[in-house]
Amino acid sequence: MSTKQENIDVSVWRGDPHSGNYENFKVPAHESQTILDVVSWIQQNQDATLSYRYACRVGMCGSCAMMVNGIPRWTCRTHVKKVLKGKKLEVAPLRNLPVIKDLVTDMDTFFDKWISAEGLHHPSKTRLDPIEEIEPKSLGRVEINAGIECINCSICYAACDTVTNNSDYLGPAALQRAWTVYNDVKDADKQTVLNAVSGDGGCLNCHSQGSCSVHCPNDLNPMNAIAGLKRATATSFFNRKG
Amino acid sequence: MIRPHRKHSLWLAYILHRISGFGLAVFLPFHFYLLSLVLTEPDRLDGFLSWTDTPIVKFAEFGLVFLLAVHFFGGLRLMALEFLPWSISQKTLVALAIASAFLIATIFFLQVI
Ligand code: HEM
Ligand code: SF4
Ligand code: SF4
Ligand code: FES
Repeated sequence: MSTKQENIDVSVWRGDPHSGNYENFKVPAHESQTILDVVSWIQQNQDATLSYRYACRVGMCGSCAMMVNGIPRWTCRTHVKKVLKGKKLEVAPLRNLPVIKDLVTDMDTFFDKWISAEGLHHPSKTRLDPIEEIEPKSLGRVEINAGIECINCSICYAACDTVTNNSDYLGPAALQRAWTVYNDVKDADKQTVLNAVSGDGGCLNCHSQGSCSVHCPNDLNPMNAIAGLKRATATSFFNRKG
Repeated sequence: MIRPHRKHSLWLAYILHRISGFGLAVFLPFHFYLLSLVLTEPDRLDGFLSWTDTPIVKFAEFGLVFLLAVHFFGGLRLMALEFLPWSISQKTLVALAIASAFLIATIFFLQVI
């Protein structure tokens, strides 16, 4: 145990949908401390009115994402040591989403875009039909595997500059979801998915900057999924006449 | 300063592609105009061509070839990344694209001086 308590200088964004600014706090440093620990400590010991969001604390629910020193991260699984700059931390609400209060963003548009991208199951059978067998090593299933571990944290959405520049862009997570549906042999309406993802806000907006894949905490690769949708869109375009 | 969430090689490749594409777009009208001088005013074209022999213009030409090479290989990289389904090796492609662009531009540079 060290005799002298070390502090971290934490600058936290405070505000409402219209305005706000950074407020500084000194937080005692500990071994194995996460960003979420730091934010919780401030809320419990310094300012009970600080608003933030979390639930599982183990990287499963996707609710705790924030901008940490300018990079979108899951705060419950981000160790302070990994991201500390000097002894400073800057914590802000996720980029590309409207702020409700302090560190809490309104994720409605993010989830609505999953629906707009047709990231939905379109059933092909009734309960009376036998269950379709899926070969685990089949190409489609392998593509799906790469995408279904998404926890809806919106980190990729916050990292994407195309979302920043075009508010209609469906974004990496929704498009990746659509790609898994498109590859599902149990899905009956692939043309609807394709129409949804190849329209105005669709996959062709993506410039393959890859910030989504670099920052996804689950090491998913939405950029890759979007490339798949681009190929499917191109193929269907050239096949239209035939 | 580059914002923190953009500090990775794929974003670097993207911005190089955009800047080089923009640079080429700015250059091309001048290029076409000069080529048109062959038909309209051959004497002025000759005068201009002798001006292009000066080292500073040679250096600018190096820049242009560099832009084209960056954009060309960057474009090939993008098309490979998006149209070939084996894109785990994307980062290697980024490195390869930049390296090849640099190589070609340097060879050109050494030939003109
Ligand atoms: C040499 C062959 C070329 C190839 C293979 C190529 C390839 C590409 C590709 C794939 C893109 C899309 C990038 C993206 O989605 O972000 C692009 C963008 C662009 N290209 Fe080219 N290009 C070539 C030549 C040129 C030339 C000669 C010009 C100049 C007129 C040019 C100007 C641009 C511009 C301004 C963009 C937009 C940049 C962006 O979207 O980031 N390109 N190019
Ligand atoms: S793809 Fe990754 S970063 Fe995007 S929402 Fe899903 S888990 Fe989060
Ligand atoms: S690869 Fe596409 S979806 Fe991902 S961050 Fe870049 S522009 Fe956005
Ligand atoms: S609190 Fe659930 S992912 Fe961080």
